[in-house]
Amino acid sequence: MSHPDLPVNTDTVAMVTERRRSRRSHNPNEAGRGRKVLLYVVLALGAFAFLFPFYYMVIGSLQTKVDPSVAGAFPDPANISGDNYVAINERINLVQGLVNSGIFTGGVLIGTIVFGVLAGYALAILHWRGRGVVFALALLVQVVPFQLLMIPLYVMIARDFGLADSYGGMILPFFINSTAVIIFRQYFVQLPKELWEAARIDGAGELRVLWSVALPLVRPAVLTTIILTFIGPWNEFLWPFLITKEAALQPLAVSLANFISTVAASTANPFGAMMAGAVVLSIPAIVLFLVFQRYFVSTDLGSSVKG
Amino acid sequence: MTAVSTPPPRVATSDGADAAPQPRRRRWLGENPLGLVFSAPYLVFVLVVFAYPIVFAVWMSFQDYFFAAPGAVVDRPFVGFANYVAVLQDPKVWQSFGNVGIFLLINVPLTVVFSLLLAYGLNTIIHAGIFFRISYYVPYVTASVAVVAVWLFLFSRDGLVNQVLGPLAPEPSWLVNSALAMPTIALFVTWKGMAFYILLYLAALQNVSKELYEAASVDGAGPVRKFFSVTVPGVRPATFLVLLLATVTGANLFTEPYLLTGGGGPNGASSSPVLLMYQKGIEQGNPDVASAIGVILIILVLGIAWIQRRFVGKED
Repeated sequence: MSHPDLPVNTDTVAMVTERRRSRRSHNPNEAGRGRKVLLYVVLALGAFAFLFPFYYMVIGSLQTKVDPSVAGAFPDPANISGDNYVAINERINLVQGLVNSGIFTGGVLIGTIVFGVLAGYALAILHWRGRGVVFALALLVQVVPFQLLMIPLYVMIARDFGLADSYGGMILPFFINSTAVIIFRQYFVQLPKELWEAARIDGAGELRVLWSVALPLVRPAVLTTIILTFIGPWNEFLWPFLITKEAALQPLAVSLANFISTVAASTANPFGAMMAGAVVLSIPAIVLFLVFQRYFVSTDLGSSVKG
Repeated sequence: MTAVSTPPPRVATSDGADAAPQPRRRRWLGENPLGLVFSAPYLVFVLVVFAYPIVFAVWMSFQDYFFAAPGAVVDRPFVGFANYVAVLQDPKVWQSFGNVGIFLLINVPLTVVFSLLLAYGLNTIIHAGIFFRISYYVPYVTASVAVVAVWLFLFSRDGLVNQVLGPLAPEPSWLVNSALAMPTIALFVTWKGMAFYILLYLAALQNVSKELYEAASVDGAGPVRKFFSVTVPGVRPATFLVLLLATVTGANLFTEPYLLTGGGGPNGASSSPVLLMYQKGIEQGNPDVASAIGVILIILVLGIAWIQRRFVGKED
């Protein structure tokens, strides 16, 4: 954890590499090895930069008394307690917040998987008029900055539909994730055509082909979609923040944000309580990511964005 | 697979019965009209949540639009460009667009350089790839609100960053310093979103042909030369996507100035157009003015995207 030393280390490694290269330039393997070490050092520095704030989040959440000094970045048994978790739970109901986040996210997942698979299947396998238009729409939607729709959506959903302070109002704008539709389409396109032809020759109707052939095969794509779709609503702040004023309905991201922006200062250890809330909000998404991480793959995403 | 091999004869006969009206229906709806039925929920969703609101936003920006009680009949007159004039005369609006400009100037180059470098590194190494990948993706999968809390802690006046810097710590501190607030936000967003762009580059690197690298080696190119002459041109389509998506993300900036700098402070030095849209549209009840800001923002983003496409996205 002696992070201030790390940049010096890179320089040293670079110098060592340089020296080695000039001394044994007749041996290309040696030079390649030095480069490899340098590569690992750069990647490790990156990992440190990405992971340290999370380590610090956990440390900060456990400090009874806030300690922002350099020494405070290391665990101090005398200063560790769960007080901050109790403190934040007194201000915002963590369990209720998690349940609300879960309902919001669950609704989006159900909508995305049910209607996303249907649309993806139709776009990939079936031939019908308007298929190209719907596919183009799904691509176009990806680059529409969603926040720019917030005013009309707020007027429609909160005022016209009367869905303010309801799970339905929270879920509606995210109900079917367009990236998921494209991932499903891409996945079905990759499967061999003979599968569908064989099923149809056997006399299966379209619904039956979808249910008995397509669904069992699409499982890996469903897992990719779950992890990708989950992080959207679980982490979303702006929309549920606009649509829920009632604290009992707010997802955890919203209630924690309200705590940070308004009431944090009134607690004994404001940063500690904030860190504790941040840990509780982060854990479900990170755990899910770790479990599903091998489905979080570049090829699916890349091909989906490339169309 | 096994389920398919048993043919249900019923379906076959019903198909035969439908044979007569089939040709005309097929001409109008395509071979498989069921596709439209399957896609209908998604199509309705896109129309309700994307298409209609865009039209509504543009329409609203030309009205004197205000919130009214549900069911109340109110007169919302057409006011032409009045909302746009009001927006363009507001120095706060200009400031927020300038802020996003600063944001993009810092965020986009950092994102392109570091995500390509890290993706290239990940693609090259053999050991510990999974560990590095996971560590890069963790900020991306975590809620902004949660990591904003840590950054507030790290970059607070007496926070760890200033403690490490000691006498070099900026005064006033990062997030309350009008020259540093926006750059700090840009750094935060770069850090938070990097994984997504690493993913895009990783996919793109698979498509750079091995023969090009071998040819470059035969010509005596070193690793640095190969990186700039083979890798960088090879991933150009991905670079265009990264530029485009980073620009769209920047235009959407809201959560970070709202929470990191307490609503775009100090003195609006880190406000963003979307933050202004929220303040003017929802807090102050002027959705018409907010929509005008949104329309201007979309036009600017489209303009930038067009320029990026011309210079980076075009095929050779």
